[in-house]
Amino acid sequence: MLNSEIIIQVCYLIAAIVFILGLKRMSSPTTARLGIVWAGGGMLLATAATFFTPGMGNIELIIIAIVVGGGLAWITAKKVAMTDMPQMIALYNGMGGGAAAAIAAVEMFKVHELEISVEILAIIGGIIGAISFSGSIIAFGKLQGIIKGSFRFKGQNLVNLLIMLSLILLSITILMDFELMRNPVVAVFIIALIFGIAMTLPIGGADMPVVISLYNALTGLAVGFEGYVLQNYAMIIAGTVVGAAGTLLTQLMAKAMNRSLGNVLFSGFGDQSISIEGDSESQGEMKPIESSDASIMMAFAQKVIIIPGYGMAVAQAQQKVWEFSQLLIERGVDVKFAIHPVAGRMPGHMNVLLAEAGVPYDLIYDADEINQEFKNCDVALVIGANDVVNPVARTDPSSPIYGMPILDADYSANIIVVKRGQGAGFSGIQNSLFFLDNTRMLYGDGQEVAANLVQTIKEL
Amino acid sequence: METFIAIYIFILAAFTGYEVISKVPVILHTPMMSGSNFIHGIVLVGAMIALGFAETGLEKTIGFIGVFLAAGNALGGYVATERMLEMFKSSKKDAE
Repeated sequence: MLNSEIIIQVCYLIAAIVFILGLKRMSSPTTARLGIVWAGGGMLLATAATFFTPGMGNIELIIIAIVVGGGLAWITAKKVAMTDMPQMIALYNGMGGGAAAAIAAVEMFKVHELEISVEILAIIGGIIGAISFSGSIIAFGKLQGIIKGSFRFKGQNLVNLLIMLSLILLSITILMDFELMRNPVVAVFIIALIFGIAMTLPIGGADMPVVISLYNALTGLAVGFEGYVLQNYAMIIAGTVVGAAGTLLTQLMAKAMNRSLGNVLFSGFGDQSISIEGDSESQGEMKPIESSDASIMMAFAQKVIIIPGYGMAVAQAQQKVWEFSQLLIERGVDVKFAIHPVAGRMPGHMNVLLAEAGVPYDLIYDADEINQEFKNCDVALVIGANDVVNPVARTDPSSPIYGMPILDADYSANIIVVKRGQGAGFSGIQNSLFFLDNTRMLYGDGQEVAANLVQTIKEL
Repeated sequence: METFIAIYIFILAAFTGYEVISKVPVILHTPMMSGSNFIHGIVLVGAMIALGFAETGLEKTIGFIGVFLAAGNALGGYVATERMLEMFKSSKKDAE
């Protein structure tokens, strides 16, 4: 090996180590920030080293592509609102998948002898990358609201199965005769792209996070495979680590949403909403409350648990809610935030939104940590959340959300629900919490309501 | 490359990924996904090599698209993750 090659390999090795350490650090909120900075350093080192690979040409083209692609991504990532972060993650992930597919395409078009194992991995990695690319873009479009609704028809799974079979058959023809058969190569990529679209279109918005996470894992895998093709250990290690970590993360997310992965991909409850009976026997009347009364009630409480949902973020009310919480804390009230795993558009998304408003993470609790505390809680303030506090999930086996872990707000002495109007939630299921004797409904826009709450408590 | 060495690396890396992430609290799921998304941005290195050794116009075009997309993955992933993690604060250390 040439000296320069050794140096490049050492740089890749360091990058791989730093990636793993960085990922490890990202698993705790105190060290997370440093984790991504470390990983960023590793990436910079690996990229810089690659420029010195012996025999590299097209340097100008490479630089232009990096500046344009990276620049666009940099600007969009800086600008995007925190509420829109999940779809941006999907988009960047899709780009990675597309890049892996591009590598596969270049290698397959080249006229050179490849070992059979390399051929197989090149083509599998390419297919996975292409699926992740088109699928992620559909996921982005759905969350961004560009693509509305879900496209479903009878026998859709069968059609998808046929597409997959044709992919496999085509791949085998290519492998049998690798002598520059460009047409099947092109066809494989086109079909893989179509497959990604067909697979993602029927999936409803609520399930999208699981799908994005799955594509993240798939891109990792594709990168690992292409790393094998290029004999690049940094790519193999980083790609495989992400592939495994992403698979686990996907499972954790699916579990938090009480869904199995197969269920997400092949049924489509994601926005089944319309089809569910708005079971009208549910029951009795909702009792309204004025914001001033609500504010006083909480000001004189000992313990308040706030349950924020995506509705709060849409209303941009998190700052006001935190301001109100601070005023309560000053008065000696014990305030905690309870976050359901699927609050927001993605598990953990609500934590990011609260963190943006300035809420310290040690006031924020997971469902498991806080569910016992509702018994001793004076007021549970539900703001913009609905299905995640629906007791039906515990009591009614016929409900589609039966068995989903919920926040036990109904055990609290008093419940205040901030809500725009009387309609049902994201899933379209009637919420029996709203009809309890100790529940009061505070109607209005989240931000206005929170401002009123702040106003009242300041005047006390 | 020795096929078996590659398989060993593959298996060990898979275990590592699984272990590293198995204790992540739910509050970090979104940043974690974004962070792992950034890490597979290493595909940039591969895309650079693919373009760097491309000869025909077709190879160059595909390679260019590859580097373009990979750079988007890496930089977008980094900025998004960093922005999210920057906001996580504890109430104990710094009272504003």
